[in-house]
Amino acid sequence: MSILVNDFVVRFANVNGTGSASANTLFAKSVFRMGIPVTPKNIFPSNIQGLPTWYEVRVNERGYLGRRAGIDLLVGVNPQSMAADVRSVRPGGYFLYDSSRPLDPTLLRDDIHYIGIPMILLCQKHFEVPRVQQLLKNMVYIGALTALLDIEMDVVKQLVVEQFRKKEKLVASNHLALDLGWQYAREHYECPLPIRVERRDKVGDHIMMSGNTACALGAIYGGATVAAWYPITPSTSVVDAFEKYAHRLRTDPETGEKKFAIVQAEDELAAMGIVIGAMWNGARAFTATSGPGVSLMNEFLGLAYFAEIPAVLIDVQRGGPSTGMPTRTQQSDILLAAYASHGDTKHPLLFPATPTECFEMTADAFDLAERLQTPVIVMTDLDLGMNEHLTPPLRWDDARRYDRGKVLDAEALESIQSWGRYLDIDGDGIPYRTIPGTHPTKGAFFTRGSSKDEYARYTEDGEAYRRNMDRLLKKWQTTRALVPAPEFFQPQANHPEAMVFFGTSTYAALEALDELRVLDIPMDAMRLRAFPFSEVVRDFLEQHERVYVVEQNRDAQMRSLLLIELGISPQKLIPVLQYDGFPITAAAIVSQIAQYHPEAADLRSSNGHSAALSAAQKH
Amino acid sequence: MTYLRPTIRHPESPRNALGYTRQYYEGALSTLCAGCGHDSISGAIIQACFELAIEPHRVAKLSGIGCSSKTPTYFLGNSHGFNSVHGRMPSVATGAHLANRDLIYLGISGDGDTASIGMGQFVHALRRNLNITYIVMNNGCYGLTKGQDSATADEGSVNKAGHTNPFHGIDLAGLAIELGATFVARSFSGDKGQLVPLIKAALSHQGFALIDVLSPCVTFNNNPGSTKSYDYVREHIEATAAVDYIPEKAEITAQYAEGDACVVTLHDGSRVVLRKLDPAWEPASRAAAMMRLHEARQRGEILTGVIYLEPAGRDLHAMLNTARLPLNALQEKDLCPGSSALERINAENR
Repeated sequence: MSILVNDFVVRFANVNGTGSASANTLFAKSVFRMGIPVTPKNIFPSNIQGLPTWYEVRVNERGYLGRRAGIDLLVGVNPQSMAADVRSVRPGGYFLYDSSRPLDPTLLRDDIHYIGIPMILLCQKHFEVPRVQQLLKNMVYIGALTALLDIEMDVVKQLVVEQFRKKEKLVASNHLALDLGWQYAREHYECPLPIRVERRDKVGDHIMMSGNTACALGAIYGGATVAAWYPITPSTSVVDAFEKYAHRLRTDPETGEKKFAIVQAEDELAAMGIVIGAMWNGARAFTATSGPGVSLMNEFLGLAYFAEIPAVLIDVQRGGPSTGMPTRTQQSDILLAAYASHGDTKHPLLFPATPTECFEMTADAFDLAERLQTPVIVMTDLDLGMNEHLTPPLRWDDARRYDRGKVLDAEALESIQSWGRYLDIDGDGIPYRTIPGTHPTKGAFFTRGSSKDEYARYTEDGEAYRRNMDRLLKKWQTTRALVPAPEFFQPQANHPEAMVFFGTSTYAALEALDELRVLDIPMDAMRLRAFPFSEVVRDFLEQHERVYVVEQNRDAQMRSLLLIELGISPQKLIPVLQYDGFPITAAAIVSQIAQYHPEAADLRSSNGHSAALSAAQKH
Repeated sequence: MTYLRPTIRHPESPRNALGYTRQYYEGALSTLCAGCGHDSISGAIIQACFELAIEPHRVAKLSGIGCSSKTPTYFLGNSHGFNSVHGRMPSVATGAHLANRDLIYLGISGDGDTASIGMGQFVHALRRNLNITYIVMNNGCYGLTKGQDSATADEGSVNKAGHTNPFHGIDLAGLAIELGATFVARSFSGDKGQLVPLIKAALSHQGFALIDVLSPCVTFNNNPGSTKSYDYVREHIEATAAVDYIPEKAEITAQYAEGDACVVTLHDGSRVVLRKLDPAWEPASRAAAMMRLHEARQRGEILTGVIYLEPAGRDLHAMLNTARLPLNALQEKDLCPGSSALERINAENR
C-alpha cells in the first residue's frame, strides 16, 4: 500500500477504568510534540469502571482537526468489544492486540494486518505486582506504536518524565515498559509501517487544552468570584478546573483565604439561583451545566431576563433529549437556550469553536452580561469541552478593564435627583442599576420577576408592562452590535452557494470546504459566533442562493433560529446534520451537500479517496 | 388592607441611635387583607430594626412568592429587596451572601414557599449555615390561590371549605433542629412582645436563624376547626421562655431569679436572656429541644420562643474560608492573574 505520512487515524479500544487514558494521551501528545497537528477524542461510556471506552487520535499534517471516519490502526485490548473493533478497521488497516494469548480465529479478517505484541507476558516477566503489570501493559503498546509509527522515543520518554514529575520513581518502570514494546515490535515487525509520522513544524506556538479548562480560565480571568454548580457530565470539569486554578491563583498563600467561593448546589435550580443572587449583589458569578441542567434553570433564566440581572451560564451540550446520551456530543440545546423560560424571553448565546475561544468568550461573557444586565450563555459541547484540542495560546491584555456596565456608585447616586431602575436614559434600552449597600439613602429598590414600571414599582398596568417589554426588545437590538461578529472565509461573496456553521462543526466544515472545492463545488462560508444575529448575518444569507446550515442535532435548530429571527425563506436554508453523538465529519457534510450536486457524481465515483467512500466507512 | 396612612409625623417621635424614627423603617402600604398576621410580623421587623438602629441600606431583604413574600415591600423601604421565584429565595440569598458577607440578610418566606416548593433549597441553606434571618410566615394555607392546605397544615385541621386535612403537618422548627440549624425559634404574629426580641436576636446571630411564625390567614384559615386560627393558636401556645434581647454594650439591668435565667452571648457580643418556664430545658441541646417539641405536640401545645440556640457555629463563609473583604469589592488586581501567569499556563500545555 501507499505510504501515509502524518495522515491517519489510530483508535484505542480499552476497558474503562484501567489507566489507559494517560497512556493514550501520551501517544497524542508525542505526535503534537513532533510538530504534527493531532486531534484526540475520548469516546467513553456513562460508567466508572468496566465498560468499553475508546480513544481516537487523528493525525493530520494539513491541520484538519475534525473527526475522520475510517480507522487505519486499532489498538484492541478490550475483549468485550474486540469483534466490533476488528470490524471497524478499514480494509488494508492494522489491528494491534495483546498476543499473550492466541487470538480467537473468528476475529481474523483477510483484508487487514494483525500485529501481536505479548503485552501482559512482557509485563509479567519484568514487573512483579499484578496491578502494575496491568497498568504498564498500556505503556507496552505505546512503546510498540513508537516503533511501528516511527515516533521519536526521546519525545515519549520526556513526556513520561514530565508526567511523573512528582512521582519520580515511576519513571524508570514506565520507560522500561516503553522499551519492551518498542524492542518487541522492532524484532518481529518491519518498522515503521507504511502509516507513520515524520517530524514537522506545523503546530507553531499552539497548546493542547480542553474547552472546559479554557472556560474555567476564562472565568478566572474574567473576574468570577462565585461558582455554583451541580455535577453533570460533560460540564463537571469546568468547575474542577476553576477550583484548581482558583486555588493556585486566588488563594492567599499566608492566610489561606480564598478570593472565590465555590458551592456545589443541591440542584441546577439552586446553582442558577446562587449565580443570580451573587450578580444581583455585585459579584461576578457563573455556573456550568449541560442540557438537563438548562432545562431546570429555565425558571431562573426567565427571572434574570425580566428582572435584568446579569448571569453567566456555560452549557456544555450533550446528546439529548432527557438523559439522552450523556457521554456523547451534540449541538442540540440551541433553541432551548435561545428562548429559555416561559413568556417572551431571549438570551444572548456565544458559540466558541476552539478552547481559545472558550477562554475568550467566557471572559467576555461577564462583560456582556453586566453591560446588558441579562444572562449570557456560552454554548460549548462535549467534544469541545472534554477533549483536548490543538488551539492557539491563550492571551490576555493586561491593560484590559472589566466592563461592569451601567452601575451607579455612591458618588453617582449622590448627584442624581431622580433615578428609576428601569428608566431608559441613553436610548439603548439598558437602564442603570445599583448594588445593595452602596448609598445610605439612595438607590434602594425592589427587584422582582413581576411586572413593574420604570421606577421598579409593581404594576399591573398594561401600558407600563408593554413599555417595559418594548424596552427589553430595544436592549435586544443593542445586543446585536455587542456580541462577537461572524467569521467569513472569503473576502466577499464569490459563489452562489454558502455554508454556515458554528462551534465544533467548524473543524469538519473547514475540511469539507476544501474537499468540496476539489469536487468542483466551491462555496462561501460563514461561522456564526453569537446570537442574536447581526445584520451581516442576514446580508450573507441574502447574498447567496442556497445556504447549507451545518449542525449536530436532528431538528436543524440553528436553521430554525435563523428562519425565526431573520425571516429568511425556508427553501434557501438546507440542513446538513449529524446527530449520532459522534463529532461531525467532513465526509458527512460533503456527502449531504453532494446530493444537491448530481453533476459532481461522476467526479466522486472516480476519486479513490472520495467523500462518498469516507462516508461509507463510517463506523 | 389600609388605604391611607398619615404623612404627618410628630416632631418628637422617638429616634434611635442613628437618629432615625421608626417610620424610616417602614415600607409601602400593605396590600394584604385587613387583620393578616403577616402585617403584624412586618410591624415586628420594623420595630426590631428600629430598636437595633440598623442602617437600612446594610440590609438585603429577600423573599420567594406568595402573600408572605410580598411583605418585604411593606417594611424597610430604604433597603434593597429581591422578590425572587417560588421556593428559591434560599439560593438567591446564598449567592447574595457569598457576594457580600458584610450585609445583613433577611429572608421572608411562607409555608408553601418553604415547606413545599422550596423544601429542597430551605434544607440546603440550613445545612450550609447561611448567615441569614429566615422568617416563615406560617398560616398553613395558600392564600393567593384561595385557601388550599399547605404542607404545614396540621393533620385533622379543618379548612374554610370544610375539608379535613388527612396529612401529617411538617414541623419546620423540628426539621431545622434535625438538619443542623444554629438558631431555631417559633412565635406567633399576635405576640409582638415575644416576636420583636426574637427577631433582634436572630438578626444578631451569625448563622442560619429560623423563626417559624404562626400567622393566621384571616380570610382562608381563621375558621373553627383550623389549628392555625387566631383563637386556636392563642389557646394552645406554650412558651419555652420569656425572651429578652440585650444589646452588646448595654448592662443587664433586670433581675432574674437564680437558675431560671439562661444568658446566651451571640457572636456580635449581644446577649439573649431566656427566662425559662421549665428549669430543666437547655437551649443548647439538640436532643432536648427535639424532645420538648415532641412532648408539646403530644400535649396539643404549640411551643414558642427560642427552641434551640448554638451561637458558636461556623457559617458558610467560615467553612469556605472566603476572603474577609467582600467578594464584590475585589478589583481586577485581586482577581485577574495577568498575562504572565497565562504564559506559564500555556507553557504547561505544550
